[in-house]
Amino acid sequence: MEIAQNILLTIATAATPLLIAAIGELIVERSGVLNLGVEGMMVIGAVCGFAAAILTGNAWIGVAAGIAGGALLSLLFGFLTLSLATNQVATGLSLTLLGIGLSGLIGEGFVGKAGVRLPTLDIPVLTDIPLVGRLIFGQDPIFYMSIALTAGVMWFLFRTRAGLTLRSIGDNHKSAHALGIPVIRYRYLAVMFGGACAGLAGAHLSIVYTPQWVENMTAGRGWIALALVVFGSWRPWRVLAGAYLFGAVTIGQLHAQALGFGIPSQLLSSLPYLATIVVLVLISRDRRLTTMNTPASLGQPFVPDR
Amino acid sequence: MKKLVLGLASALAIMVATSASAQDKYKACFIYLGPKTDGGWTQAHDIGRQYVEEKLGDKVETAYLENVPEGPDSQRAIERFARSGCGIIFTTSFGYMDPTLAVAEKFPDVKFEHATGFKTAPNVTTYNSRFYQGRYIIGKIAGKMSKTGVAGYIASFPIPEVVMGINGFLLGARSVNPDFKLKVVWVNTWHDAGKEADAAKALIDQGVDIITQHTDSAAPMQIAEERGIHAFGQAFDQIEAGPNAQLTAIMDTWGPYYVKKIQAAMDGTWKGGEQSWDGLAEGILAMAPYTNMPDDVKAMAEDTEAKIESGELHPFTGPVNKQDGTVWLKEGEVSDDGTLLGMDFYVEGVDDKLPQ
Amino acid sequence: MIRVELIRRPQQSALFSALSPFIAFALTLIAGAILFWLIGKPPLPALYSYFIEPLTEIWSVHELIIKATPLILIAVGLSVCYISNNWNIGAEGQFIFGGIVGSLLPILVPGFGGPLLLPLMMIMGMIGGAAYAAIPAFLKTRFNTNEILTSLMLVYVAQLFLDWLARGVFRDPNGSGFPGSIRFPAVARLPEIAPSQGGAHLGIVFAIVAALVVWFMLRSTLKGFEVRLIGTSPRAGRFAGFSASKMAFFAFLTSGALAGLAGITEVSGAIGQLRETISPGYGFTAIIVAFLGRLNPIGIVAAGLVLALTYLGGEAAQISLGVSDKVARVFQGMLLFFVLGCDTLIHYRIRLVRRAIASALEKS
Repeated sequence: MEIAQNILLTIATAATPLLIAAIGELIVERSGVLNLGVEGMMVIGAVCGFAAAILTGNAWIGVAAGIAGGALLSLLFGFLTLSLATNQVATGLSLTLLGIGLSGLIGEGFVGKAGVRLPTLDIPVLTDIPLVGRLIFGQDPIFYMSIALTAGVMWFLFRTRAGLTLRSIGDNHKSAHALGIPVIRYRYLAVMFGGACAGLAGAHLSIVYTPQWVENMTAGRGWIALALVVFGSWRPWRVLAGAYLFGAVTIGQLHAQALGFGIPSQLLSSLPYLATIVVLVLISRDRRLTTMNTPASLGQPFVPDR
Repeated sequence: MKKLVLGLASALAIMVATSASAQDKYKACFIYLGPKTDGGWTQAHDIGRQYVEEKLGDKVETAYLENVPEGPDSQRAIERFARSGCGIIFTTSFGYMDPTLAVAEKFPDVKFEHATGFKTAPNVTTYNSRFYQGRYIIGKIAGKMSKTGVAGYIASFPIPEVVMGINGFLLGARSVNPDFKLKVVWVNTWHDAGKEADAAKALIDQGVDIITQHTDSAAPMQIAEERGIHAFGQAFDQIEAGPNAQLTAIMDTWGPYYVKKIQAAMDGTWKGGEQSWDGLAEGILAMAPYTNMPDDVKAMAEDTEAKIESGELHPFTGPVNKQDGTVWLKEGEVSDDGTLLGMDFYVEGVDDKLPQ
Repeated sequence: MIRVELIRRPQQSALFSALSPFIAFALTLIAGAILFWLIGKPPLPALYSYFIEPLTEIWSVHELIIKATPLILIAVGLSVCYISNNWNIGAEGQFIFGGIVGSLLPILVPGFGGPLLLPLMMIMGMIGGAAYAAIPAFLKTRFNTNEILTSLMLVYVAQLFLDWLARGVFRDPNGSGFPGSIRFPAVARLPEIAPSQGGAHLGIVFAIVAALVVWFMLRSTLKGFEVRLIGTSPRAGRFAGFSASKMAFFAFLTSGALAGLAGITEVSGAIGQLRETISPGYGFTAIIVAFLGRLNPIGIVAAGLVLALTYLGGEAAQISLGVSDKVARVFQGMLLFFVLGCDTLIHYRIRLVRRAIASALEKS
């Protein structure tokens, strides 16, 4: 039954970047800002992480550089949408264009180089436990970070004062402002957190998942992360469930192909998308629950009156 | 404001015009589907372009456009090249076929070379590489090296080129192990490193101990290295990604062909309407060093390579049955090129179904 | 520390409404010159080939129109969606479905010709796009499912479905096993406007007519009022007796139909066959176009042309100066940022405040 553990490990690796980027975007959207530039920040994170890891020979410096790259790019988005009140949708999409171009430019000298891989956890005895050992004690550090991040964001949003403030800004920035809350400052921090997470997710791709740099290597994962935030109706544990559902169906269809069932591969490849839609339809029928969690001022620019 | 813009524009126009008149080298142009550093198909062509610059030096100037989508964008890009003084234009993706022909009709004095297509014109030729020769060799190696007798094939899209590769590989493997099996996974993309890695893992988990691929990235090689199994490099020598995993690699070496054709175009000996399909013998593809295998397997591989190069052996020689058991090639019969180039069926033993 | 402060204008500034694109353009020129200088390319010729060279020849202007046509058509439809607060980001999928359904006649009934063929194809394309857009609208109104997710996910499904068709049942039997349908006969091709000069086809006429119709609808009809009212305040819309559900359908069907029309226009006009991919991401780029045009159909026509120019200019710069494709894309991103940033001037005055002074002011 080692095969079951192997499959679960594969799913975890596929789900981790989606989860991290989605959790970051969740905080951004909870603050009332819609950043459609996740793909662009992710790909910048991937190239910065890869480049720094190779140049220093240290994968952890790579991870840090990925986070920094994503956060830095998100700052540009923040300046435009928060300080200049530009349209968030258009700015986010333009950020993706810029991110893809910029990452190609940065990465030109790094194509085809063997990357530095982040070592997986290896605890004597525990990691060797059959069936679950590697799943619990033998994964890469970023996997554990993704779980911790989800738990941390849950705790932050629903158990801390700052989390409550953030949610109230997302629900109604005008009254939050009237209460003296520094809306713009909170949103800057949220946007940067989102950028840092997207950068970390990108670094996971280029340092853990497939330690190499290829242009556009995120291949649309940023978009999936965006969809997962909606899928999770802005709640961290549901986002986690969504990321793993998506990962499981993606990996499952590859196994179905390898077994040779003779189903068209295009149909199998579209299963993750269809599954996400179907599950979301089923869970969003409870209207009260979804509207309760949707940040009401999502996507609307805010300019404090003086 | 308007006057200023106009003045600026005309000043610029003069600058551009003077800079353009300084050159009278022969111009060779390339259109790429992907980024020139995609680590696969496009990069191989770009290395060929760099080889041209190196070999022909001052006599030639090269230019390229990357990330050109198939469809109207490619037609525009080709036309812009044709108008910008290119003497010969290489269009390096199958989907550029009709746009290439459309532009070629408008510019009879410009020479066009279209990769992997099947339509020609008085100023359009096609060129391709007999990759299946390499696939056959790696198939034979897989047949010898696999302990489970099952290999995994990560495939991109069901086009004749890919189907031909799968068939060539299996025929090679079965020539040394008649019970050899092949699992095929279609990832529906040319380059998504993550997905290719996932496919490799799925195949390994299902018991294959050799991986080969018809996609761009080195990710499957990395996974093979990690899991301690063997794999074959695609387009390049990927020994860096899999020092213990790579057995050999099928390397795309377009450079010599490009030099030959550009030289011909400059000499005036270039002829249109031709369909070129070179192989190992002409050097349009090459095998990376045979590594990580016992000496007898290596000897077999080298022997097969030599026989294919000399023309003594053609991988698609009968008896070969189609997947449904009907006879495709009778004993001793060799497939014609047309059938290979349009291949839309599997040979016996492939455990997969092609979309019809 | 300098802080940017926005001060809302009492009303939209007509001056900056007109001027902001020019300011943005000037800023882009300056920033672009710096960018090209940094990468070691001569700034002025680079800017020339980027912005002017594509417009110096007639054929190239035709190509500009070809590139802008799908962007404008899709973005005009999307404007209705976004004004009414329906977040359709799946126009790419609707574009593809329009292309598929519109191609049914020439592929499945090859003998069918006559003057009715093209209009039928266009109508079927619109139906295809609208039907595909109806899915997220239905799921939104019936099951309360968020349309951002459904419309986006359906894009991937549409891409894979088209891929399956073009490699399977719709494949040209004489195509040597390669994907793609038969090439459409001349009767199934949208005619070119001026065949002797370049390839621009009738699609641009559709785009302009669509822009004018939607512009008029939004500006001068009750429906337009409804769109805007529900968009700005769903509550007020409900009090006025308008149904948000019906509006969701109206917006999605309109934008789906226009995206579908763009799809079949592209297939029948520019490509000439149904291929395994028919769009390099028009449905997503059109979202930028919609907002760049300030959700105003007339503005969208201009925005579509500008964005198309940045693609053509990028190519021209690659060819004439060897500026890499990545630089062209970074430059495109910069231009968009400047345009979006300068639009802020329409609604706000910008004041730069030194933090120390600002806090002193706040204290007093």
